[in-house]
Amino acid sequence: MNKRDNFLKGIIKENPLFVALLGLCPSLAVTTSLENAIGMTLAVFFVLVLSNFIISLIMSNKKLSELVKPVRIPVYIVVIATLVTIVEMVMNAYVIDLYRSLGVFIPLIVVNCIILGRAEAFASENKPVDSLIDGAGMALGYGFAIMLISVFREFLGKGTLTIWGNLQLNLVFVFDFLKIQPIAMFVQPVGAFLSFGLILAAITAIANNHKNKLAKEVTNNG
Amino acid sequence: MDNLIMIAFSAFIIENIILTQFLGICPFLGVSTKRSSALGMGMAVIFVMLISSSVTWLLYKYVLEAFNIQYMRTIMFILVIASLVQMVEIFLKKVSPALYKALGIYLPLITTNCAVLGVAILNISKEHNFIEMLVYTTFIGLGFLFVMYIFSMMREKLDYSPVPKAFKGAPIALIIAAILAIIFSRFGGII
Repeated sequence: MNKRDNFLKGIIKENPLFVALLGLCPSLAVTTSLENAIGMTLAVFFVLVLSNFIISLIMSNKKLSELVKPVRIPVYIVVIATLVTIVEMVMNAYVIDLYRSLGVFIPLIVVNCIILGRAEAFASENKPVDSLIDGAGMALGYGFAIMLISVFREFLGKGTLTIWGNLQLNLVFVFDFLKIQPIAMFVQPVGAFLSFGLILAAITAIANNHKNKLAKEVTNNG
Repeated sequence: MDNLIMIAFSAFIIENIILTQFLGICPFLGVSTKRSSALGMGMAVIFVMLISSSVTWLLYKYVLEAFNIQYMRTIMFILVIASLVQMVEIFLKKVSPALYKALGIYLPLITTNCAVLGVAILNISKEHNFIEMLVYTTFIGLGFLFVMYIFSMMREKLDYSPVPKAFKGAPIALIIAAILAIIFSRFGGII
């Protein structure tokens, strides 16, 4: 597999959220505004890229990997938890509002299945540079997925798109134009399940359609 | 006493761990296809949650706060929970084979269940005392079990329903969860 495919697979083909259904809890909880989703993406990106890189460095060293193998899961957890603590402290110091609105979901990155999953499935068997690229692709794939959900929810629920701090797009005029009101339900917990279910169904429909088309082409050619 | 009833009620219904706090969604979707497994998972979660929250609460108060190293919270909690789950598993196997048979297969899954770590952290950030912590954790766990059980009954029925192709599996389960969440969010009006 070349580097480009390695990077792109996390974004579309093996998207951790839409295809593998990993990391559901934060993707439902933090998608109330685009700003939260962006903050979460940055945190996950930092942790996933570095944890993949460090774990791959440990496991590609022959002597060290033999030593670590029987206790590898605790070792992964310590590496990941250390990185998460760094993120927590940095966010607490520089972006306190974001830190407060993400709340318990920052420390919970530790138990996010995507990160431990990539460590076990990819980083433990591949070279450090490849693992770094894999981590970046997966984190961005996850990021795009939660940003998509949050755009859907924030737009329908409040009629705005908050990008960062005071940088906010006010799209309420669309509702004025259509003579309807924003639907507050979409930024409440109910909306999280509903929007994620609808988006997942839409993506499944598109994927099925694509698969059918491919199958047809194969039969036509054959 | 009023305070404790308030904590219990809001942990059980208003702040329901699955439907409003979004913790433990993976087992909620993954293990809820049968009633028996939903029950087993729910019991295992209550059991582990109570032990791990008590231990982490004590450690936080008497080790981390005493030495002023609260920033070690995340690392310590996850290590404590992971090793506790292992210990509980070994202990149950030896002492109560019947209980082990009922909960055993769910125990390893619980280490990466965000509900357990989440509740341990929430107990600290809400500044509960020891009794409040016990009540909060028990009722959060019962809320988890309650919603899991209702959801699994709905999913058993769902197996016989004609669901549109694109909605099969996770999407329809999420939509049903949304309907459940509407019902639960209305309970908030009681207080």
